[in-house]
Amino acid sequence: MKKRLLAFLLITSCLCGFLSPAFAEEGLGGPPSEEAAVSQVVPAPAPEPVADSAGTVTGGAADVVGVTASAPTAEELATMGQSEPLAAKLADVVGHNRIAINMVWVMVCGFLVMFMQAGFAMAEGGFTRAKNAGHTMAMNFMIYGIGILGYWMCGFAIQMGGVGGVASLGGAGVLNSEFVVTLFGKDFGLFGTKGFFLSGTYDVAVYAIFLFQMVFMDTTATIPTGSMAERWTFKSFVVYGFFITALVYPLYANWVWGGGWLSQLGKNFALGHGHVDFAGSSVVHMTGGVAALAGAIVLGPRLGKYKADGTPNAIPGHHIPMAIVGCFILAFGWFGFNAGSTLAGGDFRLAVVATNTMLASAAGAFSAMAYMWVFYGKPDISMIANGFLAGLVAITAPCAFVDSGAAVFIGAVGGVLLCMSVFFVERVLKVDDPVGAISVHGVNGAWGVLALGLFADGTYGDGLNGVKGTVKGLLYGDSGQFLAQVIGTVTNIIFVFVVMYVFFKVLDKIVPLRVSPEMELEGLDQSEVGVTAYPEFNLTKTHR
Amino acid sequence: MKKIEAIIKPFMLEELKEAMNGIGVQGMTASEVKGFGRQKGHTEVYRGAEYVVDFIPKVKVEIVVAAEMVDTVVTAIINSVKTGKIGDGKIFVMPVDSVCRIRTGETGKDAI
Repeated sequence: MKKRLLAFLLITSCLCGFLSPAFAEEGLGGPPSEEAAVSQVVPAPAPEPVADSAGTVTGGAADVVGVTASAPTAEELATMGQSEPLAAKLADVVGHNRIAINMVWVMVCGFLVMFMQAGFAMAEGGFTRAKNAGHTMAMNFMIYGIGILGYWMCGFAIQMGGVGGVASLGGAGVLNSEFVVTLFGKDFGLFGTKGFFLSGTYDVAVYAIFLFQMVFMDTTATIPTGSMAERWTFKSFVVYGFFITALVYPLYANWVWGGGWLSQLGKNFALGHGHVDFAGSSVVHMTGGVAALAGAIVLGPRLGKYKADGTPNAIPGHHIPMAIVGCFILAFGWFGFNAGSTLAGGDFRLAVVATNTMLASAAGAFSAMAYMWVFYGKPDISMIANGFLAGLVAITAPCAFVDSGAAVFIGAVGGVLLCMSVFFVERVLKVDDPVGAISVHGVNGAWGVLALGLFADGTYGDGLNGVKGTVKGLLYGDSGQFLAQVIGTVTNIIFVFVVMYVFFKVLDKIVPLRVSPEMELEGLDQSEVGVTAYPEFNLTKTHR
Repeated sequence: MKKIEAIIKPFMLEELKEAMNGIGVQGMTASEVKGFGRQKGHTEVYRGAEYVVDFIPKVKVEIVVAAEMVDTVVTAIINSVKTGKIGDGKIFVMPVDSVCRIRTGETGKDAI
């Protein structure tokens, strides 16, 4: 009943939007970066900005304004430039170098995040059975290609089409069109409208943002392949791939990172800085985890997962060493994920971000180990690996806003939450999640953004989302920030779950989601992707 | 001629081979097998759920010797692989009608 009500509300609010549409000419919010925030005082460029496809114009004297405490103002540059022409020329080079450092940082971090796809493939492949290894790897591989195309065609425009400029990367700010609905006299940004097929945005800064945002999006898209592994038809997977990368992820990401309404909760309703998610606990991980839950519910458990009386059977993964290496690759890529989200190599907060990321992963692994050892007798390595990832997911939102103590606490809670959630999903919800994707990404994604609302200590984030002052959590006196985090979390769960559940239900009628029982028993490698992962071995094929 | 089939713990293969070399056995065939006996496998825990491993990995060694060697070989096998714990395995002895070495065509004891 609740779901229907919400769907109704969503549809009506969209209709209202069409009755009074308005396109904002400027980006509504910046990326989560101090540098970006500072630059918002700089006057916007000419009404129709010119894209810099050759990269010869990006980065100049204007980019030194306001970067450090004693950096010259725009007026100083203009007046002193006349008396000291050489200084003006040097300022141009300094500005160029600043943007160059940031650009290289964003690129390298984007490459690190891209390699997380390998981590996902190995973790998911290792935690599933040998007879399905080729199929599981194929999904993890192809979601990369499908994701890039879907995001290029549509997703990027919806997510970032109205973001304005990312000041730390210079550029002309050609992503300048957000579809905005006005309700109660406040603007609600819903989606961007510039940059479909990257058209009209042939600009070095935009291409950099595309690459960086694309690899984040693909992390989301690959999460449900874990919870739906070992029984999902490849055909329907391909359709899913385009749907989530072109539409679902980009919408929520626009609301938080693209200048959309969740990021404006601070400006419009004085709720802290609006929904803040530094690197994507909610935008990336919760979206993936909630979609993973919807998919696993619609798909149903693997044959043999539950006994006739409903108690779960263990279905051990076939390659624990591979899964562990996968987790290490993920943790390595995560440094790009979190620290790269400064979008600026000149933002030294990235050192705090990276260290917090490291600490939370350790705490998550340790608390999961302790939990399993105490309650189940052995330090179960598959749960430790999940706890390690849970710590990483949980720290992804708050990593820039907390100190090391809070990072360890957030990670440790993440590890315990993970264990409890895995058992809750398996034993109470009776949802079969072979790799623990729902618990790692969904539950801990929610914990991460809420933890930001609790523990943000007010040392960072001045001017974020157009709100003056630093980001403070509930424990540091800003209950509005916590409320914004709750709103963002609830919105994610409802929006993503309803959309993905309905999508999977409808898709199932057109392209069946589930392979036939015979194929499932035989393994999906041959029937779905035509190749056996381990042709030279005699595999034990059981229904569990 | 007799064939001796010994089902042993996998990590005991090396000891068995050394013992056979020591008493002059010329060759053997070893295969990875799975099975269970009176214990009916054992239980393991994965992600908090116990499950039964019915078929435990073992190594099967096949040795063909002259009939008068059988007692020596069986004793040597027992001495080399016995731990005294459950799961040490079993030894089967059975008659062999004929043997032929493919390369030379030799038959009987000469072919062993």
